[in-house]
Amino acid sequence: MTMRYYQPFHRWILFFALFAIAPSYRILAQENSDCLGCHNDRSLNGTKKGKTISVFVDEKRFGLSIHTSLTCVSCHSDLEGKELPHTEDLQPVNCGSCHSDEQSLHSKSLHGKAIARGDPLAPHCTDCHGTHDILSAKNINSPTSPLKIPFLCGKCHQEGAPVQKQRTIHQDHIIENYSESIHGQGLLKKGLIVAPNCASCHTAHSILPHTDATSSISRKNIASTCAKCHAEIEAVHRKVIKGELWEKQEHVLPACVDCHQPHKVRKLFYDQGMADKDCMRCHDKPEIKSSKDNRSLYVKYTDVKLSRHMNIACSQCHSEVNASHVRPCETIKKKIDCASCHAEVGTQYQKSMHGMLIAKNDPNAPNCKECHGTHAILGKSQPTSPTFALNVPVLCARCHREGKKAAVRYTGDQHEIIEHYAESIHGKGLMKSGLTVTAMCTNCHTAHSVMPHADSSSSINPKNIPATCGKCHHGIEDQFQQSIHAKLVGKTDKQLPVCNDCHSAHTIRRADEAGFKLDIMQKCGRCHEDIAKTYFDTYHGKVSQLGYTKTAKCYDCHGAHDILPISDPKSHLSRENVVKTCQNCHPGATRRFAGYLTHATHHDPKKYPFLFWTFWGMTTLLVGTFILGGIHTLLWLPRALKIRRELKALERSKQEQANREKENNGNDK
Amino acid sequence: METINNPEAKEYLRFSRLNRILHILMIVSFISLALTGMTLKFSYTGWAVLLSHLLGGFETAGNIHRAAAIIMFGVFFTHIYDLTRRKKREFGSWKKLLFGPDTMLFTKKDLRDFIGNLKWFLGIGPRPNYGRWTYWEKFDYFAVFWGVFVIGSTGLTLWFPEIFTLMFPGELINVATIIHSDEALLATGFIFTVHFFNTHLRPEKFPMDIVVFTGRMTLEEFKHDKPAEYEDLVKKGELDKFLVEPYPPIVLRTVRVFGWIALSLGFSITVWIIYAMIFAYR
Repeated sequence: MTMRYYQPFHRWILFFALFAIAPSYRILAQENSDCLGCHNDRSLNGTKKGKTISVFVDEKRFGLSIHTSLTCVSCHSDLEGKELPHTEDLQPVNCGSCHSDEQSLHSKSLHGKAIARGDPLAPHCTDCHGTHDILSAKNINSPTSPLKIPFLCGKCHQEGAPVQKQRTIHQDHIIENYSESIHGQGLLKKGLIVAPNCASCHTAHSILPHTDATSSISRKNIASTCAKCHAEIEAVHRKVIKGELWEKQEHVLPACVDCHQPHKVRKLFYDQGMADKDCMRCHDKPEIKSSKDNRSLYVKYTDVKLSRHMNIACSQCHSEVNASHVRPCETIKKKIDCASCHAEVGTQYQKSMHGMLIAKNDPNAPNCKECHGTHAILGKSQPTSPTFALNVPVLCARCHREGKKAAVRYTGDQHEIIEHYAESIHGKGLMKSGLTVTAMCTNCHTAHSVMPHADSSSSINPKNIPATCGKCHHGIEDQFQQSIHAKLVGKTDKQLPVCNDCHSAHTIRRADEAGFKLDIMQKCGRCHEDIAKTYFDTYHGKVSQLGYTKTAKCYDCHGAHDILPISDPKSHLSRENVVKTCQNCHPGATRRFAGYLTHATHHDPKKYPFLFWTFWGMTTLLVGTFILGGIHTLLWLPRALKIRRELKALERSKQEQANREKENNGNDK
Repeated sequence: METINNPEAKEYLRFSRLNRILHILMIVSFISLALTGMTLKFSYTGWAVLLSHLLGGFETAGNIHRAAAIIMFGVFFTHIYDLTRRKKREFGSWKKLLFGPDTMLFTKKDLRDFIGNLKWFLGIGPRPNYGRWTYWEKFDYFAVFWGVFVIGSTGLTLWFPEIFTLMFPGELINVATIIHSDEALLATGFIFTVHFFNTHLRPEKFPMDIVVFTGRMTLEEFKHDKPAEYEDLVKKGELDKFLVEPYPPIVLRTVRVFGWIALSLGFSITVWIIYAMIFAYR
């Protein structure tokens, strides 16, 4: 609290020192008694700007004042060295000759500027502090003591006072509201002099409009002003707002007064301000329609009261309402900005694909309410919420199902994502088994930071995918980070695989399903082309091509997520481990057994000469045999045909003979 | 002349009951081995995948392959056992068996027949006087010996690699794979083309010669096919010893159905091999 109603102590020392020396140089002593000789006469009048005024000075009260040890001419310096009694009017006292700091603050303040303008309502020092009877602010009888300040300020700022009526004061019922506020009640009812009074927030002398950046009540400074008493309040408000941002992004984030209205500060937000019932007076009617676009403006109040925002007043979201209007909402110009409370989420959303489209005014872009709903908004842990895990795929499908507005503008290679997801292991886990912990759209894509995979900050950017999958599959991510595929990141130009390159994105399957097992060779083969080809030349590869899943596939020997080069001692195929790896399937495997070439080809005479020559030896034998056999057969063919013809002819002649004999027999009969 | 028109006429018995059974078992096991083995060899073709599934999946196909291999080993060793038994009963010594007139070993006559045959093919000589076993029949016979040894030994290596590599380096399994697979290709290719032509599709026998199932051939056929043997038997007066009653038509029909199945499977496999080698080779 700033309570600088009196000078710091050292100034007084200086002052007294000067005062003690001064008289010795004076020719004419001007004691206070000289002045009071005339001025303690109650009937003594003088003139000020042509008006007759009393110039009586109450010696007793002056004696009690904080200036009692000063001489009259210390303040009324224009009389110094003058003949007494004087006849001319005195100049106004310049308090700033001693109180220079206060004076300069005051001059720059609203009050000071009003004085400079010649505003007759502008307060001078004496209007608050008094004249000859100035008391220390510590003195409870002083008008500047904490308990009196609301009344002091209220002289001008209470409802009906000329200042409040004739000058532009944005707040109304200031004193009334204050006295009912928790601050006012603390001060005035409980008598807590530490409770904030007007000057605690507005300062005593440096009173500035909230639009002035240097004002204690400007948006920029209000937080630190409140924090003078409410230290650590940021910690309390962490759920609402990230405290440190208050001062950094004052335009984006709510200031204290956005929720806790000035002068009406209560524990409950807006309790005394716009009450929901004021809104519901109109919006409770089912037939209420917008005059602009004829959309229904009906609000089912029970929706709000059952929603996540049950304790939030209408006007907290529909800000800019003005309670003094008959239709308080007519002053609303902006759309609801959820980010005023949900600041962090708001920032994420703005950077997301959805948010960027909104910024471009794209009609297809989803805003907060598209997913979260409006008045009936529910938390994601509530099963009936559209953002509940089980409902998210349905929610995203509204736009991302094939043919819908997001899917038609999508140019990537993922299609029928909703259908594929539903058939995937994640989709089955979620939708068939009802496991709410199963990965759904937002687990991988995030809820508010949805970005295309090409964006390096996207959760599905290849760089970030291991971490994204690792959120659930942490153990696998650990293994993967040790593998050659992860270790080479940044050390090679080749594109290294991450989770989805083998497991796919939306069609992800259980790794122990036959389909996955058989597919994996093609997946590895996309990069390891030659080695995959030679794999298919050998037993394991041929067998797996026939759809047999129990045979050794890439990962059975090389490892899946922990794949390492054979030269690495930790590799499954290092000299130390290879026999053990073979033994997984061939229990009797020995080191010699492990010498089997799982990727051999008989087409490479340099690498595998014995296979090459065996193959060509066998092929020569085969071709030679066929040539000899073939020639023999072909040469035989014409003779064989001739024999066939002869046999047929023979048969025919026999048949004819038999027929003739039959006929003859018949004729004989 | 009467033998053709008279079904009651006796027929010459060329193959013993045991040999006929062994040949049937050989056909069954050979085709099973070929079918299941080729699915693996040509696993890159859609046909192989389809067939593998039809056979009950790769695992079952593998079991069929091994079971068939056991049958074929059984056929092989039964034949060897039969030889030793017949050596004792009919020949008395290996020498008589191996170097007698009906030997399976190649003889000078075979060389003469081969040259004579080539001349006959080219129209510059008469048809040779074939004996009980022609040289191409002997070739088929020894091809089986060679095949069982080469394919059988490499097959066992692949079946029991863990035992094999107790003695030999693992790379020999790769070598064994190539030998097993290519020798099998040779065997199936040869049987389903050259053997099929030589014995069944030859225009004079077309579509098939069922003597190996019935064991019986008409005297007419016998005289034409094996003139030297016929003359020899007539000269010795032993022909009557080998004459038996022919089988009733139902048996012949059954045999023909079996023969058709075996032939069709063999041809299908051949077509598939050609397709896989030429159009889908990798």
